[in-house]
Order: sequence, then structure tokens, then C-alpha cells
Amino acid sequence: MSLFLIAALPFLGAMLPAILIRAGRNASASATGSVTLLALIGLLVHVPDVLAGRPVSARIDWLPSLGLNANFYLDGLGLLFASLILGIGLLIIIYARFYLSRQDPMGQFYAYLLLFQGAMVGIVLSDNILLLLVFWELTSLSSFLLIGYWRHLPEGRQGARMALAVTAGGGLAMIGGMLILGNIAGSYDLSVILTQKAAIQDSPLYLTALILILLGCFTKSAQFPFHFWLPHAMAAPTPVSAYLHSATMVKAGLFLMARMWPVLAGTDAWFYIVASTGLVTMVLGAVIALFKDDLKALLAFSTVSHLGLITMLLGIGTPLAAVVAVFHIINHATFKAALFMTAGIIDHSVHTRDIRSLGGLRRLMPVTFVLATLAALSMAGVPPLNGFLSKEMMLEEVAHTHWITSPWLLMAVVTFGALFSAAYSFRYIAHVFLGPVRRDYPIKPHDPNFGMWVSPAILVVLVVAIGLFPMAIAGDLVAVAAGAVTGQALPPYELKLWHGVSPALFMSIIALGGGVILLALYAPVNRLWLAARRPEAKAIYDAGIAAIERFSRWLTDLLHDGALSRYGAIFTVSILALAVWAWTTGVVGPQTRPALEPGPIAYVGWVALVASALSVAVFHHNRLLMLVLIGVSGLMVAMTFNYLSAPDLALTQISVEVVTIILMLLALNFMPQESPRESSFGRRARDITISVGSGLGMGGLIYAIMTRGFAQPSISEYHLANAKTGGGGTNVVNVILVDFRGFDTFGEIIVLGIAAIVIYAITESILGSSVRARLLNRVPNRPLAGDAHPMIMVVITRVMMPLALIVAAYIFFRGHNDPGGGFIAGLIAAIAIIMQYMASGFGWAAERQRLPYHAIIGSGVLIAALTGVGAWFNQMPFLTSAFGYVHLSGLEPFELATAALFDLGVFLAVVGAVLLALESLSRYAWQPNTVSEYPMDINPAREVGETRGKEA
Amino acid sequence: MTHWIVLPVVLPAVMAAFMIMVIRHHLDLQRIFSIIATAALVIIAGGLLNHAATGDVLVYELGDWPAPFGIVLVLDRLSAMMVMLTSVLALAVLVYAVGTGWDSRGRHFHALFQFQLMGILGAFLTGDAFNLFVFFEVLLIASYGLMIHGGGSTRLRAGIQYVVYNLLGSTLFLFALGTLYAVTGTLNMADMAERVAALPLEDTALIRVGAALLLVVFAVKAAVLPFHFWLPASYANAPGPVAALFAIMTKVGAYSILRMFTLVFGPDQAASAGLQSWLLPAALVTLAIGMVGILGSRQLSRLTAFAVIASMGTLLVAISLFTPESSAAALYYIAHSTFATALMFLIADMVIARRGDEIAVHRPMPQGGWIAALFFVGAIALVGMPPLSGFLGKLLVLDAVRGAPSTVAIWTVILATSLIGIVGFARSGSILFWKCHDPGIVTPPADEDELPDPIELARAERAMRAPSPMAFSAAFALLGLIVVLTVLSGPMMAYATATVDQLYAPTDYIDAVLRRTAP
Repeated sequence: MSLFLIAALPFLGAMLPAILIRAGRNASASATGSVTLLALIGLLVHVPDVLAGRPVSARIDWLPSLGLNANFYLDGLGLLFASLILGIGLLIIIYARFYLSRQDPMGQFYAYLLLFQGAMVGIVLSDNILLLLVFWELTSLSSFLLIGYWRHLPEGRQGARMALAVTAGGGLAMIGGMLILGNIAGSYDLSVILTQKAAIQDSPLYLTALILILLGCFTKSAQFPFHFWLPHAMAAPTPVSAYLHSATMVKAGLFLMARMWPVLAGTDAWFYIVASTGLVTMVLGAVIALFKDDLKALLAFSTVSHLGLITMLLGIGTPLAAVVAVFHIINHATFKAALFMTAGIIDHSVHTRDIRSLGGLRRLMPVTFVLATLAALSMAGVPPLNGFLSKEMMLEEVAHTHWITSPWLLMAVVTFGALFSAAYSFRYIAHVFLGPVRRDYPIKPHDPNFGMWVSPAILVVLVVAIGLFPMAIAGDLVAVAAGAVTGQALPPYELKLWHGVSPALFMSIIALGGGVILLALYAPVNRLWLAARRPEAKAIYDAGIAAIERFSRWLTDLLHDGALSRYGAIFTVSILALAVWAWTTGVVGPQTRPALEPGPIAYVGWVALVASALSVAVFHHNRLLMLVLIGVSGLMVAMTFNYLSAPDLALTQISVEVVTIILMLLALNFMPQESPRESSFGRRARDITISVGSGLGMGGLIYAIMTRGFAQPSISEYHLANAKTGGGGTNVVNVILVDFRGFDTFGEIIVLGIAAIVIYAITESILGSSVRARLLNRVPNRPLAGDAHPMIMVVITRVMMPLALIVAAYIFFRGHNDPGGGFIAGLIAAIAIIMQYMASGFGWAAERQRLPYHAIIGSGVLIAALTGVGAWFNQMPFLTSAFGYVHLSGLEPFELATAALFDLGVFLAVVGAVLLALESLSRYAWQPNTVSEYPMDINPAREVGETRGKEA
Repeated sequence: MTHWIVLPVVLPAVMAAFMIMVIRHHLDLQRIFSIIATAALVIIAGGLLNHAATGDVLVYELGDWPAPFGIVLVLDRLSAMMVMLTSVLALAVLVYAVGTGWDSRGRHFHALFQFQLMGILGAFLTGDAFNLFVFFEVLLIASYGLMIHGGGSTRLRAGIQYVVYNLLGSTLFLFALGTLYAVTGTLNMADMAERVAALPLEDTALIRVGAALLLVVFAVKAAVLPFHFWLPASYANAPGPVAALFAIMTKVGAYSILRMFTLVFGPDQAASAGLQSWLLPAALVTLAIGMVGILGSRQLSRLTAFAVIASMGTLLVAISLFTPESSAAALYYIAHSTFATALMFLIADMVIARRGDEIAVHRPMPQGGWIAALFFVGAIALVGMPPLSGFLGKLLVLDAVRGAPSTVAIWTVILATSLIGIVGFARSGSILFWKCHDPGIVTPPADEDELPDPIELARAERAMRAPSPMAFSAAFALLGLIVVLTVLSGPMMAYATATVDQLYAPTDYIDAVLRRTAP
């Protein structure tokens, strides 16, 4: 079977159990089992090739530009791990079927399990370290889901998050390490990297890469000081603990160290970091394990200890140590998975995992007793079980290894650890199964059904069989795997029970004997242990995370407190700083334009402008006054345009000014007359400084611009030259607006239209909410004018209306050749209509205005767009204008231009937009009984009694 | 094919105008037309992408005025890709909005949506700096309308911040354009590129100020620190589908930086040399603040808004180096970040509709399993965990910055902040989807003041009773896009690399615009 398929099968199959759970738990479990079995068979097909030293590979390009490719590779090490993963996986699936209760969503469980399995198989088969990273983090994620599987348990949730944070964090470090490694080796393919030992170890970045990669390995394999997550991961259902957290996932770190062994190992750095970490972890785990009362916690720390042991072996760096490491990986997987399953059985049958409540189960649960005892003895290193073999070989290796300079130190420490290891193994037997039968079990213990004990039984058979016939059963696998780890021919070694009298034998005897003695003294030692002050890893971690969380919250809230004025201040100051920096880092060129001599009028205008602007700042608390002053500024700006020969701009500015002020006046109706004083003195000082600074900056920039001509000839010369000949108009500004840059205008009228419908939409939503009631019950803060619609104003506006419209039409039509155009005309027409609203009241005017404003806006945009599209039929681009001169007898020849049609669109959009905005605003003011159908009326609200009398 | 390039602007504009004019009272008609128009945009974008992939730079002279005197639309690989991204995203988001009934909670949703698309697509296609400003205006005002769609005082208040801050940005845009025009005398981007290159080195102060201001304008849009303040509140308070659409809006800023600062103020331009240098540290801080915000947020919508900031940070890191490799990584990341953040906003909306915005224990929600799965995958994509495009994007960025002087800083920040993001998402996911099943935790009765108003409640009840298949399929479609992006990352990167080749050899672009041989 292709390696792709082996790696992909669990992923592809992950949906199956989730779906098939509807057909029952057996269907779900057997589907999961079949998927795993299929993958396992696919793997085993390759065994002959691998054992014969012919690794299998499969390659597909995924992201070649990065060097991330789906390259898979099966050699001895991969085979060992993949068979562990799939083989134990199969047993776990059987076990879990009977372990999980009816309330547990089994489909989800199996789906997660398969995801994990796929990720794990992916890690061990990857021939590309980036691909390996992908699978690496996937195991963290699936482990997160599995630990948190019992989502209703706080331990499960916390354990899941802790495991994710630690292992994913290590994974992130590893990303860095892998990228460096790939960079040194020139490829991310393992098969290439593994040949680059010299290049890698000589690189100045070797140590960085090593540390980063080891961070990944150590977190994953629960090495000190990252070991603390593993015991908390035990909140997962026991099948998960047995599978992920003892047999497979936690060995991913070991796998990677083994995989990288040929290029990373062999240096002092490697030895001291890896071997020492392993040593510390081993001893620490063993000591803590002895004092744990929860069966799974005991096993968890024992796992930590054994992982440390294997890490230490890999760290030693000799080929023979690597052989032992590989062998112990197999042995540990068998006895530890079996032990976890027996712990699960006990939990299941007695409803407790607390050793203090157990004991005497030997007679009540004989099958479990046999299985657990054999596995535990193997863990203790008692012959003739497989744990003894690898431990013996490990001790032998240690005996030959000097740590710093001392030949004894390592031996002594390891023996000490092994002693504790033996002690907790014996405790697992003695305090759980031996002793008198108790009367206070939560429920009556019994052996589980066959489905639950068959899986540990198979493993225990292996434990015994490997112990008795190591070479026959595991010899080839160990050889080929260790060969893959070291990448060289292995020194001669033998897996056997009796190695003769050697230092290891004595160490072993000391450890076992010491273990028995220690257990005998358990009660006093335990008291001592409990009395000692120990740092609690979870508490430290929790405190750390809580501190980070608090800090994040504090920083986030502090920065984003929602104060717009502060945001604006930061904005302005940053811009000013950047602009000044940009200016000063450039070379300031000479002023090329002579200044104009300002006349007295200019000075007057300037003074008015400055005065009005300053007054706005001073009097801004009085809103009405502020609006008037803004009007002055606007007018002065318009005058300036006119003074500088820009009549179109001046016209536009004035009409825009009028309309805006009217709309703002309407809005002012609903606001307090004065704005509150909110800023402290310091705040005002700050704001004044900032605004003066940025004002000076802006002024300076404009001054710099105005005193310099174009550095290069401007495009406007083309516009001047072609307005008449190409655009058919002599008013260049208008031709630019409707022709040269008609597309901009098209966008801008849309902006205007959008603004209007947004105002409308806001009004709708506000008037649809509780605000409406407040508006209806509003008491105006000043008495209303008695004369709502003064007669003189009504009469004048009526007369003005046609005149104003004619002006608008005039402005519109002259626009192409003289100052004017659709935009200005639109504003003027809108003002003409607004005057009616203001003078005669909204109700009266609205009734006489039958075109919906929305439609006016829409039609304006459509006309403009369709004018543009019309050019397509002429095989011309969008908005290409056409014009011609029409000669009618008796009239001067006059021009017809599509640009005028476009301008009509502009006109309509402007009229519609302004009126829609006005209508929306005026709706806020609507109150019952204020709308009168008479054009010239007296406000009925003023003389309530009188009006009522009339009605009667 | 000749007029296709202008269709992404004209079609939504006409459609929106038509909706306002004719069918403004018929929501179902609006829905039909809106979806058809958006689907048509996807097809058009496909055609454009197909054309651009050949490497040809297509120029469209509006009004038949020759560049640089008129306005041109220019289609190259970059703009085609952005148009495609926008259209696809828009379609998914629109389906979601219709499916959840969001479009019925205010007026003119569909018209504004189409106008919004017009603005965004126009910004990607235009080859004229002032026209870019116009489209910025269109997309700003339309987005404001969409942002406050549905009303409510918090949303309106957030809307004010949004629009005011962005108007500041627009004003600055005008200043910048004024300055640039005053020096170069042109607005056409290709022409400006040539003229900036030809500027005498004794006179660079003004053009530098113009370029610096322009960069800030785009940085505001791209939410780079310290110009990101408008984003958290407005995205968090915008309707879910709108926030999802806004995933592309920050990319407009990123696009503009990439465009203007490779074409006009490219890394080789002596006059503007060094102006981009503040971008890298700013981007790193942006990334950090975003990720910290993910952990520090009390509301899911706010968390997602910070996820946007974080992903913009990563993106800007890649952009700010202005090397071909890093820009290619940035392009991939743009696509990823667009879909991933949009997906997360939709998920957040689903969660909020069922249980409110607070990240706190609440009773289990209907369809919680599906939503939890979506959230899990979305979070993986956003924090850049394998196997999704977020991880590939992050790897690409990390790989591309190798060799830069600040590699160590960039790697450290990216990797360390990823961890913060992971912790943040794990925390909120656990609270939202797991803790609610804990019988040991009693959910406190909601405070009277914090109860959402009755209309909101009724809506939530409705959403709970009848899950909308349309809404879920939109979310899963986005997820599917992320998967496609992951699986097809090879071809995607090939396209990105070709795009970057085009970007860093701007002569093709300039020649296509300025020395156009008559067709």
C-alpha cells in the first residue's frame, strides 16, 4: 500500500465512526478498527523490504517554492513507530469500545482517535521536516480534543488547555529550529538533511537550532521542566492515556531525537543537554510517582520517568545506547499501555483509582491481577520480562558513561532512579492487589468482560514473550530501527537475559532490593514526603497563565479604551512625526515660484478666515454660534477660490456650504444648545499643542508646495489644450469633471448617493427603536416660534422657486463652457426645494413632491452609468463622450454632448441625495398634530385650547 | 473581453442604483438580484484572472483619454487576484447574510453591499492615484452604512468612531495626493512612477512627505499600529456578515501599500528610500497587540477583531520587507487571512445569535457541535496551526524573512505571539463550547441591564429553532476555500511568485499604461 494511503487512511476514515455511531456503538468501533487494521496491513506489507534494508518512499510536491512537500519515507525507525501506533491503536480501539459508557459520545471519540492516529503515523513516516511539523502540531491538536473529551469535567478542560499550550508552544519553537536546520542543510527533506552532519554541526547556528528543536521534543515528551502537563492530561479517558500519553504521542519527542540523531547527536552540547535533561526527568518522575495515590497519576509520572530514561539514552550518543533506547521504546510501550488499561479496568470495576481505597483485589479480580502484576514487574525490571532486558542494557551503558569527569555520578543517580522505579512498580502491585480484602469499595469489584481485558492481555503476552525470546521476536525490528537511528553499522550486541556478572547486574540488584525495602518503609517515607515543601507545577503554571491573561486584558483595555479624542491625538502626532522625519531626511529644493503680492482685499479675507477659525475654537461650546462661524470660514474659502481665479470651485463651495449649514442646523435642533465642558486643563493644553503643531505642519507643507512649481510638466496642460477639441467644452473644469475624469465624478456622485441612503437607513433604524418614543415626548429646550410658517417667507419662497430652478437650469446648461455644471445646478435646485420645505412646512411640501428621492438618486446614478455604457455600442471604452453640433434653422448651431447626459445624472444624484438627507432629518422632528395641510398656518401647539375649540 | 475589466465597477453600481430605484421595497427581489450580481462578479473575476495569469497587463482607458491624462483601469496578476478574492468572499458572505436574515434588519443592505463591492473592486483595479481616493471614499461611506446596519446605540456609537477616524484618513489622503501632484504634476500611477524616478535628488523633501503621508493613509486602512484604533470597536460591533466582508477591507490597505510602494515608490527609488522602514517594527507591534488582544478580550466579536489585527500584523511584516520572496508570502497570506478572518466573524455571529457575545459560561447552544467544530478549525487557521493555510502562510513568511537583518526579532515575535493566540483561543473555545456542559457550574441569571433587547432575543430564539442551511453552507464554503488554499498552495504560490515578478519589474506595467500600442 502506498505510504500516502497509510498516512491518509486514518484521516479519511475519521468521518466513519462519527457517522456510523447512528448504527450503534459496535458499528462505530468496528469501522474504526477496520480503518486501523487496513492501515496496519498496508504497513506490514512493506516489512520485508524494510527489514532487508530497502526503505520505501513516496513523494508528491505540495508547496515546492517553500520546500514543503508531501514526501514520505519508511525505514526501520518509521516501521517500528508506525507498527506501535497502529498495533496498539487497534488494541485501544477494542478496549475503548467497552470502556466508554453509554453517555459518552463514542463516535466523536473514535473520530478524534483516528485523527490523532493519522497525525502520529504522519510524523513517523515524514521525509520532510516541514511536513513533520504539520503532523507534529496536529497531534497536539487532536490530543487537546481527546484530553478535553469529557468537556463537563474541569480537569479535562484545564488539562487539555495546559497540554496544548505546552506542546504547541514547543512546536512553535521547533518551527524555528527546523527552518534553521533546513536552511543549513539546503533542503527540508530529511533524507538530505541526514547526510549533512558536518555542515550542520559546524554551523554557527547549530546550537540555536538544536535548542529550538529540543524544546519541541522535550515539551512533547514531557521532559523536565515541561513534564507537568502529562499528569494533568490524565483527565482524559483511560484509553487516551494509554494510547497517547504513554505509548505513542509522548514518544514523538523521542522519535524526533532518534530521527535527528545522526546529525544532531555526538556533540558535547547534545550530550549535556539531552542526557542531563533525561536524567533529571527520570529521577524526578520516579520519585514523584512513588508518592502518587491516583493510579493514573502514578503511571503518568512513571511514564515521565521512563521517557527521561530513553531521552538520557539518546543523549549518551553512542550507537549502543541508541540500540537500548529503541529496545526500551518497544518494551515501555507494551508494559505501560497494558498497565494503563488495567488502571482503567480497576477504575471501571471499583469506581475509584485512589490507591488508598484499594487493596486486596487479588482474589476479586484475578485476571486483572495477573495482567497488572506481570506488566508492573516488567516495569520494575524484574527478570525474565522485557523491562528487565532493556533496563539491564541501559544500566550497562550508563556504567560506561562519564558525566563531566565523574565515572560514578551517572551510575549512582540512575541507580537511585531505578530504585524508586522498582518501588512504585511494586507499590502498584502491593497496595492495589495484595493485602486483605476490604469492605469499603465503592462498588463490588469484579473482573471485566473479555473485550476489556483482551487488549492488555495481548500486550502482557508480548511483555513475557519478548522477555523470554528477545532476539526472535524483537531482534530484527530493533536492529533495523537502531540502524536507522544511528545511520551506521551497529556494534555487535545481543538482546538476552543473562549478560554475565557485570556492573549492571549489581545496580539492578540494588535497585530491586532497595525498591522492596523502600516500599516496606512506605508509610514513614510518605509522611516525610508530604511534610516537605514541594513546588506545585500546576500552581506555577496557572499563576503564570493567569498573569499573562491579566496583563493582556489590562493592556488591551488600556490601549483601546474607546476615547476617540485620544485615538485622534495619537493619529495626529504620529503623522506629524512621520512627515517631519520624511521632510528632514530629504533634500529641500529651492523655491521656484515667486510669491504674489497680496492686495488689501486678500488681507481682509485672511484676517476674517483666521479670526473665524480661532473663534470656532474659542466659542465651540455654543453650537449655534459655532455653526455661524464655520459658515464664515466657508464663505472666506469660497472667496479665496474666486480671488485665485477658480469660479467653479467658488460656486461649488458656496452652494455646498449653504446646503451643509442648513442640514446641520436641522440636526442642531436635537442637540443641547451648548456642548459640555469635559476636558481638564492638562487635556486642553495637550490638545492645543497637538493642533497647533499639526496646523503649523500642514501650513508649512502647503507653503512649501505653493512656493514651488511642478517639478515636471503637469498633465493639466493637456486638459487645457484638449478640452474644446476633445471634450467639446471650453470650461476645462467641467470637461475634467464630466469627461477627462468623469469616472471620478461617477464615483463621487455614488458617494453622495450612498451618504443619503445611509442617512435614510439610520433614520429608519433609529425611528424603529425606543428612541422614537423619546423624540415624540421631547420638550423643546426653547419655546417654539408661534408662527411656524411666516407668511412673508412662504410668499417669497414661492416666487423664488421658479426663479431658482431657472438659475439651476442655466447653470446646468452653461456648465460645459462657462462656470457651472450639473453638480452646482443640483445643489441650487435642491436649495430651491429646501426653501419650500422650510417655509411651508414639511408635510405640505412633501405632499406636492411626488417623485421619491430614492428613485431620483437611483436614476441619477443609472443615467450616468448608462451614458458611460452607451460608449460600448460605439466600440469605445466606458464613459467615452461624443458630441456634435446641431444646426436648426433660425437658431445658432448648438452642441449636443453625451457629457451633458452624464451631467444630468450628476444633477439628479445631487438633488436626490440632498433631499433624501433633508427628509430623513426632518422626520426626527415629526410630532403628531404639527403637520398642517395649510401652507401658511399658525403652530397649533401654541394655543391648544383654541384649536380644539375650532375643531369642535 | 475588452470591457470586462470595467464590469466589476459598473455592474455593482448599476445593480445598486437599480435596487434603490426600483425594488427598494422588495427584499426578496433584492436578494435574488444581489446574489445573481455577486455570482456574476465571481465569473467575471474568473475571466479576468484567466487573462491576467498569462502575464499580460490589460489597460482600459476610461473615456478613451490616453494615459496619463485620463483615468485608466489596469489589470495585472495582483489586481486580478484581489478581484477574485473579493468576489468569492462577497458571495459567501452575502449568502450568509441572506440565510440569517441579517439583510432584513435595516434598510438598503443589498444596495450598500453592492456599492461596497464597487468601491473595493474599483480600488483594486484603478491605475490612477486620485481615482483610488475616490474608490476609498466609496468603500468607506458604503462600509459605514453596512457597519451600522441594524442599528442599536452601541453600534451607532462605534460607527461614529469608525467613520470619523477613517475620514481623518481620507483627509490625509487628499493632502498626500495634493503634495504628490504638486511635485510630479500627474495622478496616473505609472506616470508618477516614471516621474519620481526622474526627480532630481537635490529636491526630494516634498515628494518624501507626500509618500510618507500616503503610506500612513494605507496603514490606517490596513490597521497598522498606531493607526489601528478604529478597528476593534467597529469590527466588533458591525453585523457579523458585514465584519466578514470587511476582512477584505483591511487588505485594500495592504494591497495599496504593495502596489504604490513597489510601483511608484519602489525599493529602488532613491527619492523615497527608507520611508517604509517604520513599517516593520510597527507591523511586529501590531501582531503582538493583536494576539494579546485575542487573549485579553471579553467578547467573542472583539476577540475576532483582534484576530484581524494580528493577521494584518503578520501580513504587514511580510509586506514591509519589500523583497520578492516576502511579497509572495504576503500574497498567499492575504488570501488566507481574508478567508480565515471572514470565517471567524461568521462563526462569532452564529455564536452570538445563540448565546450572546460575552465569553462566559452560558447554557449550551443549539447546533453547538457544528459551531464548535467550525470554531476549532477557524481558530486553527487564524493562529496558524497546521495543517491549514494559516500555518503555511506563517511558514512562508518565516522562510521569506530569512536573511533579513531583523530575522531574529521577526521570528521571535511571530512564534511567541502565536503561542499567546493559541492560549487565547483555547481559553475562549473551552469556555464557550465545553464549560457549558459542566453541571457543576451554575450560570448566573443574566443581569437585567445586560439583557439584549426583546427584538434581539426573539431573533436569537428564531435562530435557535431553525438553523439556516444557507448560513451554515456559507460558513462551510469559506472553510472549504481555506482547505483549497491549503491543498493547492503549490499552484497558489506559483501564481504569487509570478505576481511578484510582475510587481518588482514595474516596467511592464508602466509600458502597458503609458506606451500603449493602439489595439
